[in-house]
Amino acid sequence: MDTFVQQLINGLNVGAIYALIALGYTMVYGILRLINFAHGDVYMVGAFAGYFIALSLGLAAGPSLLSLTFILVASMIIAAIVGMLIERFAYRPVRKYSRMTTLIMAIGVSLLIENLFVARIGAAPRAFPDFLGSQSQPPYHLFGNAAISKAQIIIFLVSIALMLLLQWIVFRTKVGTAMRAVSFNLNSAKLMGINTDAIISLTFAIGSALAAAGGVLTAQYNPNIDPLMGILTGLKAFVAAVLGGIGNIPGAVLGGLLIGAAETFVVGYGYHIGIASTYRDAVAFAILILVLLLRPSGLLGSTVQEKV
Amino acid sequence: MKRTLFALFLITTLLIGFACERRGNGANGGGTGPILVGYYGDLSGRTSSFGQSTKNGVEMAADEINKAGGINGRTVQIITEDDQGEPNKAATVVTKLINQDKVQALLGEVASSNSLAAAPKAQEAKVPMISPSSTNPAVTQVGDYIFRVCFIDPFQGEVMAKFSANNLKAKRAAILYDFNSDYSRGLYQFFKRSFTSLGGQIVSEQSYTQGDRDFSGQLTAIRAVNPDVIYVPGYYGEVGVISNQTKQLGIKAPLLGGDGWDAPQLWQLGGASLNGNYISNHYSVDDPSPAIQKFVADYKARYNILPDALAALGYDSMKVLGDAIKRAGSTENTKLRDAIAQTKDFPGVTGKISIDKDRNAVKPAVVLKLENSKFVYETTIYPEGATPPVTSAAPASGTTTAGPAGAAAPAKAASPTN
Amino acid sequence: MPTFIKRILGLVVVVVLLVVMNAFMSREGLFGFGLPYYYAEIINLTGISIILASSLNLITGFTGQFSIGHAGFMAVGAYSSVFMTVYFSEGLEQWLTGLLGATLAQSIVFLAVIIFGALIAALAGLVVGIPSLRLRGDYLAIVTLGFAEIIRIIILNIDRVGGATGFRGRVPPWDGRQIIPQYANFIWIGGFAVITIVVVYNIVKSDTGRALISIREDELAAEAMGINTTRYKVMAFVISSAFAGIAGALFGHFRQFLHTNDFQFIRSIEIIIMIVLGGMGSITGAVLGAIVITILPELLRKLPGDLYSYRLVIYSALLIVIMLTRPQGVMGAKEFGLSWLKRPQRRPEGDKPAGEKGVPIAQQPATAVIDQGKEIEQGKEHA
Repeated sequence: MDTFVQQLINGLNVGAIYALIALGYTMVYGILRLINFAHGDVYMVGAFAGYFIALSLGLAAGPSLLSLTFILVASMIIAAIVGMLIERFAYRPVRKYSRMTTLIMAIGVSLLIENLFVARIGAAPRAFPDFLGSQSQPPYHLFGNAAISKAQIIIFLVSIALMLLLQWIVFRTKVGTAMRAVSFNLNSAKLMGINTDAIISLTFAIGSALAAAGGVLTAQYNPNIDPLMGILTGLKAFVAAVLGGIGNIPGAVLGGLLIGAAETFVVGYGYHIGIASTYRDAVAFAILILVLLLRPSGLLGSTVQEKV
Repeated sequence: MKRTLFALFLITTLLIGFACERRGNGANGGGTGPILVGYYGDLSGRTSSFGQSTKNGVEMAADEINKAGGINGRTVQIITEDDQGEPNKAATVVTKLINQDKVQALLGEVASSNSLAAAPKAQEAKVPMISPSSTNPAVTQVGDYIFRVCFIDPFQGEVMAKFSANNLKAKRAAILYDFNSDYSRGLYQFFKRSFTSLGGQIVSEQSYTQGDRDFSGQLTAIRAVNPDVIYVPGYYGEVGVISNQTKQLGIKAPLLGGDGWDAPQLWQLGGASLNGNYISNHYSVDDPSPAIQKFVADYKARYNILPDALAALGYDSMKVLGDAIKRAGSTENTKLRDAIAQTKDFPGVTGKISIDKDRNAVKPAVVLKLENSKFVYETTIYPEGATPPVTSAAPASGTTTAGPAGAAAPAKAASPTN
Repeated sequence: MPTFIKRILGLVVVVVLLVVMNAFMSREGLFGFGLPYYYAEIINLTGISIILASSLNLITGFTGQFSIGHAGFMAVGAYSSVFMTVYFSEGLEQWLTGLLGATLAQSIVFLAVIIFGALIAALAGLVVGIPSLRLRGDYLAIVTLGFAEIIRIIILNIDRVGGATGFRGRVPPWDGRQIIPQYANFIWIGGFAVITIVVVYNIVKSDTGRALISIREDELAAEAMGINTTRYKVMAFVISSAFAGIAGALFGHFRQFLHTNDFQFIRSIEIIIMIVLGGMGSITGAVLGAIVITILPELLRKLPGDLYSYRLVIYSALLIVIMLTRPQGVMGAKEFGLSWLKRPQRRPEGDKPAGEKGVPIAQQPATAVIDQGKEIEQGKEHA
């Protein structure tokens, strides 16, 4: 039983990160019907932004929630700017072209960011400084063998806080209403006097900031960061967004947690039923295929009729 | 339409005409002029840190050779090509190095899969190739021009199995390997074979992929079966984190690994959680021997980072090549090949290197304990059938095929060709 | 001259060219002269790329279905054909050699395994296509990516084809050939490249082609016009996968070594870049793109030290720049002919030529209907 609980904690931990990234995907897709391939790389940029800031300011590792908060906020801001730049200079010019063009552009941007980092700083993994002291502090025991580490707790808390913040922004502020309007129908929103370009920029900014938060948080749990870390994680987060219902914010969170849990359980228990843990990554894709076959609108999404 | 086709045809014929060469025998001359050595590796892909490290080692060695006056009066020139970690590209760049750049020897590759793709080209063109760190036995089996200066998987896997069974008295072992890496898989399989033949039991076999961030699922499953030791024959990037997560989950069993752990970043990633683990390696960066310390200091001064195992192997591969060229007196292919094959007790930083009849390096492995950000010497394990050297007699050849046993006669007068 | 004589003559010319080129590129050379092996290798790899690009063009360029998993089908074709050669073909080849002599025997065996590889790849295309092609563009892209990854992971787990070490020949304890024989030479590769181009061209020019193009232009309208879009999409997908399989089989028998690292996501992206650069929906464009993208990295090797490490950055930047400036690619949707010298057609209503950059296009770039060498450009109105 304690193994089960442990795996659950592990899974939700991984899932929380997926959820943070999935939120960005779902918001951008909701507004632009664009899969932002570069989003996973923004997550990576966020982690590295935090790394380099910590390095340049000489912030020593060691338990310091203050340092962590500072790094977190700083990297979120940087990622937001990066996200907005990408939107402005790569996506906006091709918005009027075909879907395929924008998709290819997204792939191009993603590759550019990855290769730029590799060329500039090398593909070798770096160690993100540990501000939670998780390397030295023992975990908290729950019962039996099940334990939860300080890093995991912080990840949960911060993720939940950010998601609630997002929820508040989207549903309780004027800006949020504007975002929802734009996602409903871009042209009508424009007619209503909403500055759609600004709203789109803002959406990218918020999504990127959340992804960066995911990057910094995950780096506390696993300090290994490298320029290619965003590819697979980003893809899985996209699957999470689809699972929850693309365009649906609570759906993205739900999707993220589910994918994280599913992956971990397959790895943890797969040995007994003959599925090697090598198939871990295939789990996300398998879920994607099932969802798209059986319920394409996702768990919480609503079916959209395609108008002619 | 017809006219454009014809024009195209004409242009193509002209281009081809310009590009053709006389078909000779393509023997790479050995006389004078700089010694051209081709280095190929992954310099921009997923595993570029490995290719880069090795390249650093190779270049530093070449510079040292040149500063000391070159070999037989000739300077060494390294021509580098990037294969992006793809076997197809590895074969292409090696063709280019041999064909266009007319290199007289090749150093590469780090990954066995890339070496396997490229070695046939070298063999066919009769250009000697030394791999610094490909550990799959099949690589040198490609032909008599292919060599390596590192352990092969069967040996290293066996080393750790013996250590866990004999020294740590472990009966139950769990394995967590990198499923995408031939190196990791090779070690896993040979460890498993050795460990079970020594009476142990493998209680769990889990895997991950390089780049994975979370191992808690696999580790929790491993924890549930309570192993005595956990063999993690992967690379430092993941191992550091695995070690950390192991401690977080309260797992007490020590982790065991191979030379893939050896990199300065390991300590940054794993911190104190690494204490009490063991690895098998060629050497130790903390080895007080002056030659090794000089190497470490020079490398640090030149590249601003401590060398990892790959850099050390790259360095040794170039030095071994240089030594062979000096002994051969030329870079003519058959002479060079024979000289490399006759390498005996070459004092490399990764140990005394002797090339056996299967063109693999024979050297003992050291088992090191990880303690406070240092690798501390624990014990030495020799290839099967060898006696610990009193003098610098070369130990017996290790095995190339599966199976832990395989004594062979001392490689005193190693015959170069098979 | 009656058409079929023209065709046969064309065939003879092509075959002669291939044989001559092949001799030129071989070990012995032609009259003592030969192409440097390095160039010969690049040309062969380009031929394989042409097959890949043309086949992807069929499903992505002409039918508008965005597939970024093409490398997966190439892998399927490569591994299945090589598997056959290594484990099951030796006996057959020996028997045939006794009957017909070595060259003919080898050719027959090789053709057989290529067809086998193509069939398996086509099967994979069917399995992947049927569920996925119901999905809209962006989702289809991700799903094809996912399938390619799954295929790769599965192959990585099969020890009999080398697993993580790579497939060079038989894996003990199974019996078979020690080394993959090098069956593929320029005659085969060039020949199949020509075949692929001809097949794609014929499909595009036929009624089926028009159906595919109509699906690309406006799927709902096509459906409304009575075209069974799913059937056509699946068909195009299967055909394109089959050719990818052929490319894979040729690749395997050329390189004599297979490893899943050669079939990763980046490979699929490379093929996409080829048709994007050349112009999706243009056959010559695909060929052009394949040639450029295969040769470009080799040319870039000559770059001075520092710039060399930025090669991949240049690649991606290239992609972005193309999308920004000329998303329809070099050829647009036109084919190679002298008509690009003519002034572009003007629409009666406005001044700007349709389909050129600057005119907002709601759905897709301009179509060109190829009709006996003349071009009729049909742009689309902004909805």
